Amino acid sequence: MHHMYITTVEGEINLSLKIAILSGKGGTGKTTVSTNLAKVLSKNMKVLLLDADVEEPNDHLFYNVTFEEEKSVDVLIPKVNKETCILCGLCARECQFGAINVFEKGVLVFQNLCHGCGVCSKICPVRAIDEEPKSLGKLKFGKTDFFDFGMGLLNIGEPSGVRIIRELKKYISDDYDVTIIDAPPGTSCPVVEVLQKVDFAVLVTESSPFGLHDLKLAISLVKEMEIPYGVVINRYDPAFAELTKYLEGEKIPLLMKIDFDKKIAKWYSEGKLIVDQSEELLRSFELLYENITEVFA
Amino acid sequence: MKQIAIISGKGGTGKTTLSASLSYLFQNPVMSDCDVDASNLHLLLSPVELKQSYEYYGGKKAEIDYEKCTNCGICKDTCRFEAIDFQQDKYVINEYACEGCKLCVLTCPEKAIKLVENLAGYYYESKSPKGVLVHGDLNPGEETSGGLVAEIRKKSFSVGENLKKDVIIIDGAPGIGCPATSSVAGVNYAIIVTEPTLSGFHDLQRAVETLKKMRVKFGVVINKFDLNESVSSSLEEWCFSENIDLLGKIPFDEMVNLATREAKPIILYEDSISSKYIKSIYQKISQILFNK
Repeated sequence: MHHMYITTVEGEINLSLKIAILSGKGGTGKTTVSTNLAKVLSKNMKVLLLDADVEEPNDHLFYNVTFEEEKSVDVLIPKVNKETCILCGLCARECQFGAINVFEKGVLVFQNLCHGCGVCSKICPVRAIDEEPKSLGKLKFGKTDFFDFGMGLLNIGEPSGVRIIRELKKYISDDYDVTIIDAPPGTSCPVVEVLQKVDFAVLVTESSPFGLHDLKLAISLVKEMEIPYGVVINRYDPAFAELTKYLEGEKIPLLMKIDFDKKIAKWYSEGKLIVDQSEELLRSFELLYENITEVFA
Repeated sequence: MKQIAIISGKGGTGKTTLSASLSYLFQNPVMSDCDVDASNLHLLLSPVELKQSYEYYGGKKAEIDYEKCTNCGICKDTCRFEAIDFQQDKYVINEYACEGCKLCVLTCPEKAIKLVENLAGYYYESKSPKGVLVHGDLNPGEETSGGLVAEIRKKSFSVGENLKKDVIIIDGAPGIGCPATSSVAGVNYAIIVTEPTLSGFHDLQRAVETLKKMRVKFGVVINKFDLNESVSSSLEEWCFSENIDLLGKIPFDEMVNLATREAKPIILYEDSISSKYIKSIYQKISQILFNK
């Protein structure tokens, strides 16, 4: 197990592999795969783990993290100057999100609908709209005992974590041999933001009709974005044969299977890494990375 | 007509399993699957027969007319979503990042950019053995899933009114962002399904804060409580100290996997361990909603 590199005339270039861990369905084991893979790889590589599930981040529960940096992620929202505003209504007509409304008596801004795009202040004919920052959430960055770690946290009541994910990914650099990004569930905009410019996607699913249905959605997304990928089956149950049949039929690489085991569920529930509890699981995570690099190459 | 939403901060705690079972316990429900990123409720209400489908248009996207574009790059500099890249010899819109705000349209000196409509998904009215199911699929990679959830909620409501239903059962989206909050906005009651893990506990607290901020009445169900009884009792103690209704606990039940494979809600397996716990949860909820 070693980091990926390519040899050129200038010598070896570190590929600094960026791997996204995602799943259509929630609760299939993204966090388990992310936190355990990071630990295993940190033995002989420089690893960065980013928890991009900014609505409900959990990776930090599995490590002692020393946070060294914390910063707010802001969006610029309009602030209307009542003295200069002529109530012309142009801002309300041009706002695509219904976030600014003009009435006879004044202007009302719905902060939660505002995307912070700047259209209203740009088009105001009397320059009555300034912008002021509003916090959407925060980024935290630091170290576990084994690798560097960053996470985003969306403020309660905010509708979207996309901007936080975009800022979080700026911690990625070529200094790392490998970066693991733990994505939110689903297949919509926050997941797309995670997938932008990654090298490989690990799709985590489970042996159930739900898992298979949602896996197909995740597969159509990574295919459309042209990202190489493979599948991890968690809580593997041979009684649900459709899943493995589907993977074989579509020639989709199966990277790892984790059998259903109440012990594993218990370790997870206590915030323990499963690779620390079982030699066998440790070896299967080492093999997971080998399979990833094989598919990627 | 009452509306109940089943949500969870963390995914995979059992929202859909509980939603499908409640659909069978309530006499006269409309089912509304609002987890549009990963809609699964139809898989437990089979056979589901599609009656009508509707197109859902999300936010618009920018499009560049290369006949007019002079490669000045002003659009890229002003875009706040990093949605315009310079590739090879021209500026291109990254449609995944574009939020359709129109700033580039307004700032382009050549008027070379316009916004175009964007078909973001579909929603459906279907027939199931327990009545009408309204559900939808967001095209993978799309944004504005909260908007599609709102359309599904509206359709469920009008179906419910027309057919004189008593209750709408909403299978909600995970998380605390727009799809989740759109699933619970204005409901009579929300049920948060959690599990006895540190992650489940952490996510429950954020879901509770979100619902409190939205002033939605809610209670908590602990699913698979016996997988870790000590975390489960901390969850219970926390709910007690926060004055949160604990509607019930459901034990881990291997029959649930079997029921899912057979495309049926667990409540139809009368011998299953979990079905009697779910019945008592149902009784508590109907008492809260209908005082009976």
